[in-house]
Amino acid sequence: MSNAHNEADVAPGDEQLDHGSVAQRITGYLTGLGLAILLTATSFFVAGTNLVWEPSIPVALVVLAIAQMGVHLVFFLHITTGPDNTNNVLALAFGVLIVILLMGGSLWIMANLNHNMMPMDQLMQMQR
Amino acid sequence: MSTVALTDAAVTEAHHGSAVREWSGPAPKRIVTGYGFWIFILSDMVMFSAFFATYAVLLGQTAGGPTGHDLFDLRNVAIETAFLLASSFTCGLASIAADVRNTTWFQLAMAVTCALGLGFLILEGQEFASLVVRGAGPTRSAFLSAFFTLVGCHGLHVSAGILWLLTMMAQVFTKGFRPDIQRRILCFALFWHALDIIWIAVFTIVYLLGSAK
Repeated sequence: MSNAHNEADVAPGDEQLDHGSVAQRITGYLTGLGLAILLTATSFFVAGTNLVWEPSIPVALVVLAIAQMGVHLVFFLHITTGPDNTNNVLALAFGVLIVILLMGGSLWIMANLNHNMMPMDQLMQMQR
Repeated sequence: MSTVALTDAAVTEAHHGSAVREWSGPAPKRIVTGYGFWIFILSDMVMFSAFFATYAVLLGQTAGGPTGHDLFDLRNVAIETAFLLASSFTCGLASIAADVRNTTWFQLAMAVTCALGLGFLILEGQEFASLVVRGAGPTRSAFLSAFFTLVGCHGLHVSAGILWLLTMMAQVFTKGFRPDIQRRILCFALFWHALDIIWIAVFTIVYLLGSAK
């Protein structure tokens, strides 16, 4: 890529060109595609099957989704653990932190409110 | 910071060549642009996470109306997923073609990406239309409002991505692989791959978890 001036960083989404020919890069995308298809197919299979213990299905689906996001990040967006990717990974980590706080926090608070709120018919009674 | 201090004192005499490389001026534009767009994508994901949280909270609030189990057609969702995944792959091929400046393969891969994206949008449009016809529009319940907001927002992003894709095809056609065009292609590829990542969350949380009994 055009990073002749700065060898310390790589733009997000870029692969280091000296690390592969076109054939190797296409192989990388094909690997990602194969893994993604495998994980997606497993997700859809798990969601509709009676073969696994039912309460485990949501957990399995979430784990499969996170795994597939990892596959996409590595093979399609080329986010690596290398020193040239530190900035990209740190930004991603901060984004993930906010996403987890936002989703986890919302679910937690709303479940708690639901749990502690008086049933609606009783509330109506009191307001009469 | 410490490397800069080192450069002045010790390194200048000993390793002249490597000392110059320690701090070689501002990052090239490709990294600055790509990184800035990466930050935007992450902020977009934070926005989506708010919609996901809304959906998850309102999943049971169907107001006596249909639930996800009654409404969702998982076969349709599987085809949409396949379209988007394949388009992510062809988008990657387009990035490679852009890097090696191969116009034919770039335009071909982008055209296939566009076709797959349009196929996705058509399927999603049909699904929305059939839901509205069956009386399960966004006004039916809080659950359906959240559903249409979240999935519709993703669909809007895909539509914007297709407009951007066509713009990039036209710009490469008229201007060739100039460095600024290459940077736009990089950002477009980031955007398109990120949309596919968000779709993983959509089909898992909205459709697969949402259609459980």
